[in-house]
Parts: sequence; C-alpha cells; structure tokens
Amino acid sequence: MSEPVHQHIREFIVENFLFGDDDYELDNGVSLIETDLVDSTGILELVSFLEERFEIAVADADIVPANLDSIDRIAAFVARKRGEGQRLAG
Amino acid sequence: MCGIAGYCGDGVAPQDGAALLWRMGRELAHRGPDGQGSHVGRGIGLGHRRLAVIDLSDDAAQPMASACGAIRIAYNGEVFNYLELRDELVARGRRFRTESDTEVVLQLYEEFGPDFVARLNGDFALAIWDGRNRRLLLARDRMGVRPLFYHWLRGTLYFASEIKALMQVPGFSAEIDPLALDQIFTLWTPLAPRTAFKNVNELPPAHMMIVEGGRAVTRPYWAFDFPTPGDRASPRAEDDVAEELRALLEDATRIRMRADVEVGSFLSGGLDSSLISAIAARQAPGRLRTFSLAFDDPAFDESRHQETMAAALGTRHDVLTCRAGDIAAAFPAVVRQMERPVLRTAPAPLYLLSQRLRGEGLKVVLSGEGADEIFAGYDVFREARIRRFCARQPGSKLRPHLFRRIYPYIASLQQQTPEYLAAFFGAGADLPDDPLFSHRPRFRATAGAKLFFSRELKAELAGYDAAEELAASLPAEFSRWHPLHQAQYLETRFLLPGYILSAQGDRMVMAHGVESRFPFLDHRLVEFAARIPPDMKLRGLREKHILRRAGADLLPAEISDRPKQPYRAPESVSFAGRDGAYVEALMATPRIAEDGLFNPQATRKLLDKHGRGAVAGFRDSAAFVGILSTQLWLREFAGTATRKQSAQAV
Repeated sequence: MSEPVHQHIREFIVENFLFGDDDYELDNGVSLIETDLVDSTGILELVSFLEERFEIAVADADIVPANLDSIDRIAAFVARKRGEGQRLAG
Repeated sequence: MCGIAGYCGDGVAPQDGAALLWRMGRELAHRGPDGQGSHVGRGIGLGHRRLAVIDLSDDAAQPMASACGAIRIAYNGEVFNYLELRDELVARGRRFRTESDTEVVLQLYEEFGPDFVARLNGDFALAIWDGRNRRLLLARDRMGVRPLFYHWLRGTLYFASEIKALMQVPGFSAEIDPLALDQIFTLWTPLAPRTAFKNVNELPPAHMMIVEGGRAVTRPYWAFDFPTPGDRASPRAEDDVAEELRALLEDATRIRMRADVEVGSFLSGGLDSSLISAIAARQAPGRLRTFSLAFDDPAFDESRHQETMAAALGTRHDVLTCRAGDIAAAFPAVVRQMERPVLRTAPAPLYLLSQRLRGEGLKVVLSGEGADEIFAGYDVFREARIRRFCARQPGSKLRPHLFRRIYPYIASLQQQTPEYLAAFFGAGADLPDDPLFSHRPRFRATAGAKLFFSRELKAELAGYDAAEELAASLPAEFSRWHPLHQAQYLETRFLLPGYILSAQGDRMVMAHGVESRFPFLDHRLVEFAARIPPDMKLRGLREKHILRRAGADLLPAEISDRPKQPYRAPESVSFAGRDGAYVEALMATPRIAEDGLFNPQATRKLLDKHGRGAVAGFRDSAAFVGILSTQLWLREFAGTATRKQSAQAV
C-alpha cells in the first residue's frame, strides 16, 4: 500500500476527528470506533472525504467496519476501489 | 418554595452574622422574592428568602421559631401531605398558630426528632436548629428535587440552596474541581456529594446531616431499591396494577395542587405531562393553565401534539416559541443558575419558559418529569434490550436494524449499515454482567469529548475513571436486580437529581421564582413502580406500557399511543448567529490557553468547524457546549482570575 494514501487518510482523521491533537497515538491498525474517534456522523464525513479525495464511489454496502474502521483498512479499501475503477476503465 | 442559607460554628462573630446572612440571602433573591428573614444566635445563623405559596400571611414567615423559642427552622420546599400530618399532630394534642406547612414540619421535629423526615411526602431542603442541645439538622427530599450545598471553612459549616450564596462567605475561593469536570464529561453530572466547585459538597438526596459540637454525621433516611429474586411477591394481574397506579398518580397530583396561589402545568405534548395535565384539569375544571415550548426548527417541535392535548383538555394554553438565537442569548444566565458546566443546551429553553410563566403571574407549575425514570421511558432502556438481543447473535444482519427504530430522530443513524449499527452500540456488549452495561455506549460516546481536555488536565486526571467510581458506589444488592431495574437505578439515582431535576429543573424554574412539582416523583409512586415487573414497564420495545394502560382513557389516542420523543433543543448550532457572538472571545486561543482546562489548538479547530456550520455529531456538539459552559462558569464564578492564577495564589 502506498504511504501517501495512508498519510492523506491520517491527516484527515487527525484534522477532523482529533482536531489536530498531535499527542494522540494513532496507530494504523487501531479501531476508530473502539477508541470513540468516529460516531455515526463521523462515518458519513469519512465517506464523503474518501469519495472526493480519491475519486472513488462508496456504495451503501461498502460502509462497514471491515472496510473503514482503521487507517490500514481504509487504505486497503481505497486501493481495492481504485483497482476496480481501473479495471472498469480498461 | 424559597431559598435558605446559614452557618453553624464559631467562624462568624455574632455582630457579623446578620450582615452575612443578608448577603447570602441577596444571592438567593430569585428563589424567594416575597420576603426575607434571619435568625442569629451564638454559633448559629439561619437565613431565609420566601416565595409565599401556602399561608401567604406574615405569620408563616421564616425562620420560624417553636412555641418555646428554642427551635428554629429555615425551610425550602413543600410538604404535600402536611394537612394529614397536621391532623395527626392535632390528635396528639398539638396546637397550631399558622396554616403553613412550615409549622407542621417544625412541630413534627419537636414530636419525633430528626427521623420525622421519613414521614414527609414532598420536595424540601431544610435546616432546623435545636437550641436545647445545640444541634443543627439539615435534610433533603428523597429524589433530590430541592438543592442544598455546604462548605466547611475553619471548623464552621456554611450551607445554602445555591452555591452563589456560599461565595459570600469571607475567605471562600471558587475553583473548578477537575474530577467533577471529568464526571460531567462522562456521566453528564457530578457524583454527589461532589459539585463543580472544589470544597463545596451537596447533601445527597434522601440524606440528613446532623451537626453537633463541630462534628457532622451524614446518613440516608430512605433508599431507592428494587426487588431481588428472593422477594417473592405474588404475581398480580395487569389490570390491578394499572388501577392502583392510576389511583396513586391521581392522589400524587391532587396533593401537589395544594397551594394558596394558582397552579399551572407544563405540557410537552408527550405522554407524561399530558397525563398530569389531564388529571390536574379534572381537579380544576375549566381553570387549568398549560404552558408549552415550541421550536422554530421542526426537528425539535412538538406543537401539533401540544395543541391536540390542550384542545382536548380545554385549558388556557400558552406557547413560547424558542429560536436558536434565544438559546445563545440566555445561555450565560443559564450557566450562572446551573452553577456547573453542561454538555447540552436543553436547560435554556426551560429557563425561558419559566420566565414566561412568572410573567403570566404563576408561581407553581406541575411537571411530568420522573415518569421516564420510574416507568422505563428513556431510549437507553430500549437500547440496552436491543444490545443484549444483538449480543446473542453477534453476526446477525437483521437485529441491528432495531437501533434505527428507537432513534428515528438521529438522521445519521438511519443511513448506517447493520455492521456499523452493531459496532456503534457494541461497547461492552460482550460483558452482560457489567453493572454499567446499559449506559456504556452513552458514557463512552460522551467521554469522547474529553479529547479536548488540555495536556495538563489530562495529566492531572491520569488514572481516574468516572464510570468506575460510579460502578464502585452501587449498592451490594444491585447485581441481583433485573437488568432493566439496574438501568433504571442508574438513571433515577444519578442522572435524575444530578441533571434533570437540577440543571434542567429546580435551577431553571427557581431562577424566576417558580416552583415545579413532580407527581411522578411522589415516593409512594416511586416505590410502587419499582415493584412492577419489568415486562409491564418495557413491553418488547414499547416503553411505559403500564402507564399508557393506566391513563389511556384520559388522553386522545394520538397522545397515548405516541412513541417517546425525548426533549431536545438545538445544540451548538444555537450559537451560530449574532446572539452567540460572545462565544468567539470566550473560546479564543489565548483565553483557553490561559485558563488551562482545554487544548487551545483543538478548541480553535472546533470553533472553526462550528463557524463553517459543520459541527454535527454528538461528540463534537457536546464538546462545544461543554467547553463553552465551562468557560462561562470560569468567567462567572472564578472572576477575572484564571485557573492558573488561582493555583499560583494557593
């Protein structure tokens, strides 16, 4: 997985859910729900960010913790979606 | 209803006592605009501000002395069964000089000593000085309707209905209690006896304190509890339970209409206040006045149901329409009255409605508060039931859909997949025996707002867990109660007195010299409801089942069948307009940094997000209101000295 994707996602989360709090130790694998970083509104903000920043389409069925509950999972999800997009374009 | 203040000890010189009591009483003038009085003796001072409701004559003024002159009482509240108690005392040979309930309370003390308190059915905070043995008794009603705070300074006890009166004590220093702040930012309320002020305690509900020889003993005189599996009461038919409930509710309402002034009723449009209004309207045919809050934002407005109910009852109905800007404009005064930070704006509209009530000449109002606690009306009870249901089949894609059904008013939840619904409500779902099972998601979601605490405050609070302190305070038999009863206990014993009856209750109505009365909190009804089987309270996901049944014939079907809609007000969005212009200065980075409680950079970003109209989620909105109310608290009570300056001075 390319580091820039991780970095963009991390920056979004730190800025929007941690309000720039640099003290917070946010590992790439940590659950965003179990650490109470996102609530039901936050998930929708995250989806909106992913669609706009990475130009992917997120279906309702995609909005599950298996895809979006950590930086690693989000990055993998973005990569999959981009791959799907490229295959469709090709 | 009134305000009381006083001291017990040698810390006040006799020649200074009257002036101190006058200053303390002045801070309580809103609670008792109809008169004031004081008594100063050696080592004792009692002050009183009067709101005349029963026996309006000067004979009933306080502090009132016993016939022998040795016992004196300063009393805030109403004892609703005072006529029955008076008859009992007369039968024992006692004679009365006034028609007041105060004299009944005083003579009950003379007759039975401190344990007389358990005979009272009412809402009260009282101080009785017994000069015969130089003993002071402080006591507070069972459910915590009326407030009573105290402060020890160099061996002298100072007490008052509100903390602002204690601030008149020479040497008193107002400083915020970091543990209380943590509790508010987790549980919504400080855990009694703790208050937002360091060194100020509240007398917990259903407790008395006896001060003698400079020492104080505090003890409960009543306990709120539920049956355990060993309590084998014979099962009763639902009809019988509903009938007895109805009779108790009617009597609780009837005795709460005892007053020598007009009694009005709040009408939210929901089941509880509609029932109380319906019973009250029967007691005062054609004369009852009802008062409702409407919101210009339809997401919060219940006008349609209020109008239906008022028309059905034929009451003279008055509506106050609250705009978002009204909440912002009132909020500083609201924080001054609450004397604590809050995470919600909901108290503000009630402050404004009470102002309207008083403007219309009313001093007493009935309220439906308490029914959601004792008959299991809140969403949190249904939520806990669904969480247990989901936990039994963790992979189910169907069961989590039920969460949507109980929160139809939270738009973002309606758009979630079952996987996310299960995850959002999953906190602690794998620990069914956790005593806080029902409230874990709420506590965790609320505690998310502590993200904004400053690095220094986080370090100061390191290792402290407010939820664990709450869990450790639960009675031994708690673990043997039914899960619904455990959840009811948490709501009734903590959130009800700590938030609903204080920040959203007494303090908002008494700000305008209005007394609120709560028929559902009559202790006979509370004890009866605790013994009703859980399934009659929460039938499936239908809340307050038995109450609906008991009152069905009193209400239009539109009201009696209506699902619970929690009382809510617009939150951080209230401060977006011109009326909230003061927010910028209070939450400005240098100010936040100087006060030291919150992270200045994170607060700035929150403020910016607010400015863009993007603060929408529960945590961010709670944090916004919490930070703002804390900053208002500091400005109001800690004066110009910031928290850091105060710490340096110490």
